[in-house]
Amino acid sequence: MKFTLSWLKDHLETDASLERIVETLTMIGLEVEALDDRAAYRPFTIARVISAERHPNADKLKVLSVDAGDGKPVQVVCGAPNARAGLVGAFAAPGTYIPGIDLDLAVGNIRGVESHGMMCSERELDISDEHDGIIDLPEDAPVGTPFAAYAGLDDPVIEIGITPNRPDALGVSGIARDLEAAGLGKVKTRMKPAPEAKFPCPVDVKLHFPDGESLCPAFALRMVRGVKNGPSPRWMQQRLIAIGLRPISALVDITNYVTYDLGRPLHVFDADKVAGDLVVRRAEKGESVPALDGKTYKLTPEMCVIADDNGVESLAGIMGGEESGCTDETVNVLVESALWEPLNVARTGRDLGVQSDARYRFERGVDPAMMEPGCDHAAALIVELCGGEVSQMVVAGKTPQPDLVVDFPLAEVERLTGLAVDFDQSKTILSRLGFQVNGTSETVQVAVPSWRPDVAGKADLVEEIMRVHGVDRIEPKPLPRMGAVAGRMLTTAQTRRRNAKRALAARGMAEAVTWTFIPGDDAAIFGGGPRLANPISADMGVMRPSLLPGLIAAAQRNADRGVGDVALFEVDHTFQGEEPADQKEVAGGIRRGTARLTGAGRSWQGVAAPVDVFDAKADALAVLEACGLDTAKVQIAPGGPDWYHPGRSGTLQLGPKLVLGTFGEIHPLTLDALDVSGPICGFEVRLDALPEPRRKATRTKTPLEVSDLQSVRRDFAFIVDSEVDAASLIRAAAGAEKKLIAQVSLFDVFEDESLGAAKKSLAIEVTLQPIDHTLTDEEIDAVGAKIVQNVEKATGGMLRG
Amino acid sequence: MSELQELETEILASLDAADDEAALEAVRVAALGKKGSISQRMRTLGSMSAEERQHMGPALNGLKTAITEAIAERRQVLRRQAIAEQLAAQSVDVTLPVRPSPSLTGRIHPITQVIDEITAIFSDMGFAVAEGPDIETDYYNFTALNFPEGHPAREMHDTFFLEPDEAGGRKLLRTHTSPVQIRTMEAQRPPIRIVIPGKTYRCDSDATHTPMFHQLEGLVVDTTSTVAHMRWVLEEFCRAFFEVDAVKMRFRPSHFPFTEPSLELDIQCDRRGSEVRFGEGEDWMEILGCGMVHPNVLRAGGLDPDEYQGFAWGMGIDRIAMLKYGMPDLRAFFDADARWLDHYGFRPLDIPTLFAGLSS
Repeated sequence: MKFTLSWLKDHLETDASLERIVETLTMIGLEVEALDDRAAYRPFTIARVISAERHPNADKLKVLSVDAGDGKPVQVVCGAPNARAGLVGAFAAPGTYIPGIDLDLAVGNIRGVESHGMMCSERELDISDEHDGIIDLPEDAPVGTPFAAYAGLDDPVIEIGITPNRPDALGVSGIARDLEAAGLGKVKTRMKPAPEAKFPCPVDVKLHFPDGESLCPAFALRMVRGVKNGPSPRWMQQRLIAIGLRPISALVDITNYVTYDLGRPLHVFDADKVAGDLVVRRAEKGESVPALDGKTYKLTPEMCVIADDNGVESLAGIMGGEESGCTDETVNVLVESALWEPLNVARTGRDLGVQSDARYRFERGVDPAMMEPGCDHAAALIVELCGGEVSQMVVAGKTPQPDLVVDFPLAEVERLTGLAVDFDQSKTILSRLGFQVNGTSETVQVAVPSWRPDVAGKADLVEEIMRVHGVDRIEPKPLPRMGAVAGRMLTTAQTRRRNAKRALAARGMAEAVTWTFIPGDDAAIFGGGPRLANPISADMGVMRPSLLPGLIAAAQRNADRGVGDVALFEVDHTFQGEEPADQKEVAGGIRRGTARLTGAGRSWQGVAAPVDVFDAKADALAVLEACGLDTAKVQIAPGGPDWYHPGRSGTLQLGPKLVLGTFGEIHPLTLDALDVSGPICGFEVRLDALPEPRRKATRTKTPLEVSDLQSVRRDFAFIVDSEVDAASLIRAAAGAEKKLIAQVSLFDVFEDESLGAAKKSLAIEVTLQPIDHTLTDEEIDAVGAKIVQNVEKATGGMLRG
Repeated sequence: MSELQELETEILASLDAADDEAALEAVRVAALGKKGSISQRMRTLGSMSAEERQHMGPALNGLKTAITEAIAERRQVLRRQAIAEQLAAQSVDVTLPVRPSPSLTGRIHPITQVIDEITAIFSDMGFAVAEGPDIETDYYNFTALNFPEGHPAREMHDTFFLEPDEAGGRKLLRTHTSPVQIRTMEAQRPPIRIVIPGKTYRCDSDATHTPMFHQLEGLVVDTTSTVAHMRWVLEEFCRAFFEVDAVKMRFRPSHFPFTEPSLELDIQCDRRGSEVRFGEGEDWMEILGCGMVHPNVLRAGGLDPDEYQGFAWGMGIDRIAMLKYGMPDLRAFFDADARWLDHYGFRPLDIPTLFAGLSS
């Protein structure tokens, strides 16, 4: 909402400075978003061209002698076709900033002739697009005085942001009312009464909603006949231009002006183009209306229109139609001041994609009590500016009379804000805002004015008193501590998430935050996810079912920028469906190129090999470990989802059913489908699937048990079929003598034809920890035999001789 | 010079001349071996007169001890020389670079870091961390939060919708973290003190807006909290978060459907340079929206607004991260550019705490 200072002062008697007004507006909730004090126009002076001679070296240029009022003629080179002796225009001296061309003017030398300033066009001053010639003022314009004052360009423009709850502040009069309440002056808004009606309105209005809910509570109409349309007066044009509107003609400008002046949107029809009576109704299927913005809108029965015998003439509450619009030739005019169903206006505007000052106000709520006075005021303005005589008013429907009364305990202000405002002050504030306060006890009855549709209860009144009394008067008060030392604040899931992130970062990976929505094709490869109905673009259309596609795409972007060895992780949500339970918390990561834990790329100590499944496995296990899981209990099942390499992927499980995550090298076809290059390995761990840790009764750790007896190490190598997995061999060895075997570690994998076709050798080191006596050789041999027996039985392999 | 002295001088001279272990051993054998010069003389003691023995005995023993020590000493010297030579041969170019530690090359994203900072501050003030789903219902995102049906405030949220289900119902991506207010009130009785960090979505994309962003919501519900407490909490938070001694702040009336009264908090700063400096300057920058929980929202949470009251606020996590750490462009947050992460990210061991300072 924009307005000028002089406009505000039409409604508010005040001697407050601009600075104070601006500060007050912000502090009462009408935030000043921009203030143009128009200082840019100050340097321009009205000047007269004394003489205009042809430039000696250029046909199209003239050398002017300019009188800028100080008696010393100034030489100016000028190319404007209308530059002539006697012209009075706007002069800029050297050093002036010219806003329209973004230039600091200097003394120039144009084709050998010095130029000590500039006679400006409107475009150079940034007041219009006019650039056919320099500004040509009436001869009596006062030479030597500021051009801005003469042209009405010295009126500061204030722009405030209006929150959706304050439709009352969408007119200058409403803003003045707020400022009065804040103690900044006295409201002096004067509504013009309608001139005496000379004839009955020849056009009637019918509200036609036979099938139920009316979309038009009430509609007022007057005719003004015998008007002479033309440009609106200079002051009105200047104000409209200042707030960014384009003056069109007096009749149209009046509707725009009243919209901003009183917050009362209006529409004017050329009465001679209206056939028969006006009918307010829902649009019929297939109807359309060419509107005043030059566009034709296709209508649906959900939309409300004003029609006549010719068809639809206006899009109710949003925009008039072109066919019945006023022109310079208009002689008889119909003034519409109506009330519209806010939700319907909002929906229609949204569906048609049309924004207008009327729509903006009607969808927020226009003061119903202003409908008839607004019609009168506009009719009076028309007669004042365009002549003519006024008809009687036709009113269809019934103006709603809001009559909300709120029982308001004044103590409510202190209860909610901590601010003690005394009875009289509270009452004064509410009264000045237009609320009627009745009662003298602790609870008063407050009648809400018709222009405040947002006020519904006690809390709203607290806000009114608080904002006007002054938010900055509320002294901060410490929130009492809940206890001396705060207890544990994070849930297990939150702690695990933090730990997973730090653990992965500590493994040299960089944490990425990628878009939650990904291309549908990418999502499909990973199982598909919920689809957005209105994505911002096609490649942000589906909620990700996995973190991997986003991370893989990110890795490729990095590779395209020359960073091919990249390790990224993300800990966030994936979506299997739309329900809260379908949202899973996942830690995922990828490594590309040679970005391994020990470092990427070449080094004099050794060249890093391409990443593989075991890098991803180690990352996944690190996450589980960081989340407090005993990874010894985690089983690794070969294979995983089909976006992984089938022979180089695995699934992390607790028991046969509980899947904790997957890892592997990304399938080459997946890379192809994602249009990226590898090698890439990745993993995902489902943090929300991890079991809650068992609650411990005590923080005390179990006593440390270390044996004084030396442990014994023995190596075994087995030849097994190549499909035999290492885990089952290790498990078989460890299970041979659970009491004695402290550890089994696999230290060699060897595959060679010499072992036989499809065979491999796995070598393990078994650590035996004696319990109560040093083991004899016989005992050691016995355990060894048991190990061999167990392994051979479990794997079908044999001890390598 | 006596004969023994001559002998000593001679042996010591050959010791000095011995420049390796073998030579040293030869000297030892020549002096102290079975047939060594000293040993042989020792053997003659038996045939000496008592008087002579009394003189020669100590003299020979003294010589033997002296030579033994000299040999040991010489052995040490030789050993040191040998080790020194060996080490000299083993020396390497220690300026050769080593691989950097992964715990130093890894990075934590600024959003995570800032959420950890926020958590450190608010957990000290007794706030737990609450969360909720990204895909929400219209009820939790709007209706329960007092957004009237069809109201312009809904439109201002530029909502992403999911495709409708068979029944025609459609879910949406939450446009703010406020639905978690309702979910928390449904699940927990007051007193409530929570902060809600999370992802939020609006179909808006330009230089300063991304369709996905992060918000921090806060909620206090009890029977006594007022705007005055809210001012204190938010001012203390800003001071702690931006790590400045004093920040000038300004609360300004505003409007949100789910709070009444509603306020916005501006923070005084200097924006003239390339970075924003807090605690100085003449500019005001809006940092968050807040207010007393609207009675209708308390009711939606199953609480009587005449008995319970409280306040709530919401702010952009990405935005305060940019303000504090100076990233110029929001879009880069979500691009996963390794160079950006390396530059603006945090080391894994930089864990924000209040006792060690939020950032170092």
